[in-house]
Amino acid sequence: MSGAQAAIAEHAGERQGGRIVRYTLTERINHWIGGFAYIYLLITGLAFWSPYLFWLAALAGGGPVARYWHPWVGLVFFASMIWMLVDWRSDMATTPEDLKWRNDVQYYIRNEDEKLPPVGRFNWGQKQFFWVMVYAVVFLLLSGLAMWWVNDISWPYRWVRYLAVLIHDVAALVTIGAFIIHVYMGTAFVRGSFSAIVDGTVPEAWARTHHRLWYDKVTRK
Amino acid sequence: MSQVNLEVRAISGHAGSVPGAGLKRDLDVCKLIDVTTCIGCKACEVACLEWNGLTFSETSFNNSYQTMPDTAWNYWNLIKFNEHEDRDHGLMLLMRKDQCMHCAEPGCLEACPADGAIVQYVNGIVDFNQEQCIGCGYCITGCPFNIPKFSPTARKVFKCTLCVDRVTQGLEPACIKSCPTGCLHFGTKEDMLFLAETRAKQLREQSGFANAGVYDPSGVGGTHVVYVLHDSTNPEAYGGLPSDPHIPWTVRLWKHPLKWLGNLAIVGGLVGVALHYMRFGPKRPEEHPQNGTGARP
Repeated sequence: MSGAQAAIAEHAGERQGGRIVRYTLTERINHWIGGFAYIYLLITGLAFWSPYLFWLAALAGGGPVARYWHPWVGLVFFASMIWMLVDWRSDMATTPEDLKWRNDVQYYIRNEDEKLPPVGRFNWGQKQFFWVMVYAVVFLLLSGLAMWWVNDISWPYRWVRYLAVLIHDVAALVTIGAFIIHVYMGTAFVRGSFSAIVDGTVPEAWARTHHRLWYDKVTRK
Repeated sequence: MSQVNLEVRAISGHAGSVPGAGLKRDLDVCKLIDVTTCIGCKACEVACLEWNGLTFSETSFNNSYQTMPDTAWNYWNLIKFNEHEDRDHGLMLLMRKDQCMHCAEPGCLEACPADGAIVQYVNGIVDFNQEQCIGCGYCITGCPFNIPKFSPTARKVFKCTLCVDRVTQGLEPACIKSCPTGCLHFGTKEDMLFLAETRAKQLREQSGFANAGVYDPSGVGGTHVVYVLHDSTNPEAYGGLPSDPHIPWTVRLWKHPLKWLGNLAIVGGLVGVALHYMRFGPKRPEEHPQNGTGARP
């Protein structure tokens, strides 16, 4: 795949010189806005999480600077997630094929994909990741706003302060678990995924192997 | 906000042990506030501002004798005023000097993520170092007394220092110095508790305050500011002094089990995906599938 053929198609599924558009330019830009925002939030958040990781704040310009920007970047991440939700909501709905796939997920994990039923544009695992992040970001936003304005929460409502730190940390830990799996699968485990989210296209064989129903649908046009 | 040469007992957000911990002993200092002899003159409020170089804030009138509703980032010492109806004593005008309690188990220090932003000295003083403060406000969540306050301009949190700069020079805190009635005392914790108990006994036996007692709440390991109250069974009447203060359970959960479980889960996740990769390797697309779709160019 040469850079000259970078997918600027308006719809996923268009074919470009033997390759299929997996993610449009808009989808990729938004993914990376969210991705870089999340990485920043992860680094600064871990700095505030443990004294043994406080040195991470230095990567973000020191503790006060990291603390200043963390909530603002959080809003960027939230906006990016909302955009994804609007864009991918229908693609991310669970289908009967997904449930069959889920029952056979052991084969996916064991890398025995030939035993798996075919799936659409996203498989059940990708959909789970998406919805975990969508729900987590809502909890993170609400608890994060309380932590941002902690000084303005009046004393009778102090339970909001107490609850916010707990919710923010639990939700963040859930996203970290999901993020580790997401990055592992997107870079190391499922070869070809990373370039798909950078330049936008996948080889036809990739689409046929991993997302047969989607491949059949887009090649039938 | 002092950089005095004091032995440190605990440091906020600090990885590893406290340097020099346990090297030297020191007496616990203590401020005693006898609310029964406070006349609400607010000399301590002024002395606090004077000594700490704080600007005079605008006062707010809310049908009360109180200067403002609460302590502020630039107003660390406030007389809380309450009218209280008592069956035996009629209308009582309760005046309580509110400020940092300098807890033996400080919730602010427990919650703080910034290395060295909050220190607890061996003498019991809990002090904020604004140079290290990142302005996150976790201390505001951790404090059971609603004391740390955020300055939007400085983006740092401030509170009473127990005049640590004066104490290290052998002086009593500025508020104590200014008190005209002698309701404020300063000394070792042991001496102050003795004095407080003596006064409480006097109130019980000679002044008809059967419930008079000393406020030194055990929920935070005791405090380095103690009160003598006419009615120690009802501290809430004194401007909302909590009857059983303790570090919020969510803060404890967050800072202890959740932190270690979370760290374990993160490391476990990283190790897990690495092992998975080594065991099962990458997924590569089938270039030549057996069925018909492979015939496409």
